[in-house]
Amino acid sequence: MGNSAIAVDATALKAEFPLLATPRADGRALHYLDSAATSQKPRVVLDAMNAYYRETNANVHRGVYEMAAEATDRFEAGRTAAARLVNHPREGLVLTKNATEAINLVAWAWGTRTLGEGDEILITGMEHHSNTVPWQIVATITGAKVVFAPITPDGELDMDAMRGLINGRTRMVGVVHSSNVLGTINPVEEIVAMAHEAGALTMVDATQTVPHMPVDAAAIDSDFLVFTGHKMCGPTGIGCMAGRPEVLEAMEPFLGGGEMINDVTTEGSTWAEIPLKFEAGTPPIAEAVGLAAAVEYLEEIGLDRIRAHERELCVQMLAALDEVPGLTVLGPRDPDRRGAAFSWVMDDLHPHDIAQFLDSKNICVRAGHHCAKPLMRALGMQATTRASGYLYTTEDDVLALRDALIECRSWFGVG
Amino acid sequence: MGGLDDLYQQLILDHYRNRRGRGRIENASASVHEHNPVCGDECYLDILVVDDRLVEVRSDGDGCSISQAAASMLTDVAEGKQLDEALETVEHFRLMMHGDVEPDENVLGDAIALEGVAKYPVRVKCALLSWLALREAIAGYRETTAHGG
Repeated sequence: MGNSAIAVDATALKAEFPLLATPRADGRALHYLDSAATSQKPRVVLDAMNAYYRETNANVHRGVYEMAAEATDRFEAGRTAAARLVNHPREGLVLTKNATEAINLVAWAWGTRTLGEGDEILITGMEHHSNTVPWQIVATITGAKVVFAPITPDGELDMDAMRGLINGRTRMVGVVHSSNVLGTINPVEEIVAMAHEAGALTMVDATQTVPHMPVDAAAIDSDFLVFTGHKMCGPTGIGCMAGRPEVLEAMEPFLGGGEMINDVTTEGSTWAEIPLKFEAGTPPIAEAVGLAAAVEYLEEIGLDRIRAHERELCVQMLAALDEVPGLTVLGPRDPDRRGAAFSWVMDDLHPHDIAQFLDSKNICVRAGHHCAKPLMRALGMQATTRASGYLYTTEDDVLALRDALIECRSWFGVG
Repeated sequence: MGGLDDLYQQLILDHYRNRRGRGRIENASASVHEHNPVCGDECYLDILVVDDRLVEVRSDGDGCSISQAAASMLTDVAEGKQLDEALETVEHFRLMMHGDVEPDENVLGDAIALEGVAKYPVRVKCALLSWLALREAIAGYRETTAHGG
């Protein structure tokens, strides 16, 4: 995917992110390698949100005055941009607080009203807790069962096992597009087709792919596909659920309140059209404005070029980590089969100690279970250390990580 | 790298590399299993109580250098103490981790080297894991004996 695209100039892009362009208090460079947790924000996003509050702050879908109409336009432009980015009809693009809320929306609005005893929800062993726990809650309420598809020892989904686990009882198949721990990119189109053949609905967690590569929701054809603003250069507090319009229309609401109604009487209420039916209360307006700016920023650079850059980054990172004695990288080694999140274990060194040492070198990584405890258990690990890159990650960042990891070994007396 | 040296004092690395009091106690008076939800680290703590005194304290499990060193120091300092005295020591350690007390080496022994951890909120939980497990083990022991068990 995108192999022929010319990679971005990450060093030049870094200058467009105020946080990355500003030296730290100690005067040394920052090596931010935690973009799988959250991305940094380019100036255009910060400016757009600031301008919204300074120029047209008003509540949306209500006021008749001109400024309120302008606020509504800017808010709805966020929806339009997000829908355009993933090639999805805008009426099927529901704005939520984050990807977790988007999955919970489906779990509660669809799952609790539809599932029952004997029904199965099939998810994979490499899901984030956000695509695991909501289904466990729904299973407890409805009597349905959560089934986990296993992963292979080299960190890929066991497709044969997955195929065998889809059956007539399967009502929902949930799969992460790219693992936030292993980097593995899963064949979601194939899985969605398998699920549909068995009559099940599908939930694709595209949180770790939409920011990093072209994602075509129409081609994936999932009933639900979720992603989040803050991992794609946008603000926190806004997530997206791209739902198939006819499925959304048949669903009852999740949260009730203002904005999501058609009429309210003392006898009962009727619902607004989709997507507003699923957006109770004042939405994240400034965040939608920031999301639109983020989408435009990514589109201008080109998602295929970002993917090409991260493919190069994969090659650099795997080579650099291979140079560190005693270090084992998890997940696929083929850059075409993985994203830019790299987890590793290193001899007897605990991830907390590694991350603390790296922090002393201004290198930001994540240490822990990465909200994927079932995966950690399957791998026989309690925690890993993870470095994750993005469009602004340079080879200099990668080499700084390599050097610090080598130094870390001797500092703790293991190398 | 002053900050890092403050956190990882030599004494901590020494306890980490040569951990004291590691293991389990058969026929323990009380056992506690704790885990750190942040990193998934696990800690087993067993105590053997005779005449209201901790005659043996053992800790097992895997974790980072801070949690392992803290457990090692705990077994060193707690063994031989009366239960009330051990609880006072745990409380003194807990207050030190929250920066709420002038740490007393006579009370804490080697564990005073963990004072620097208080500046790293995420790591405080690592240091406290085994120490709070001891508090829970003593409470568990007392509850069992109070009920004639």
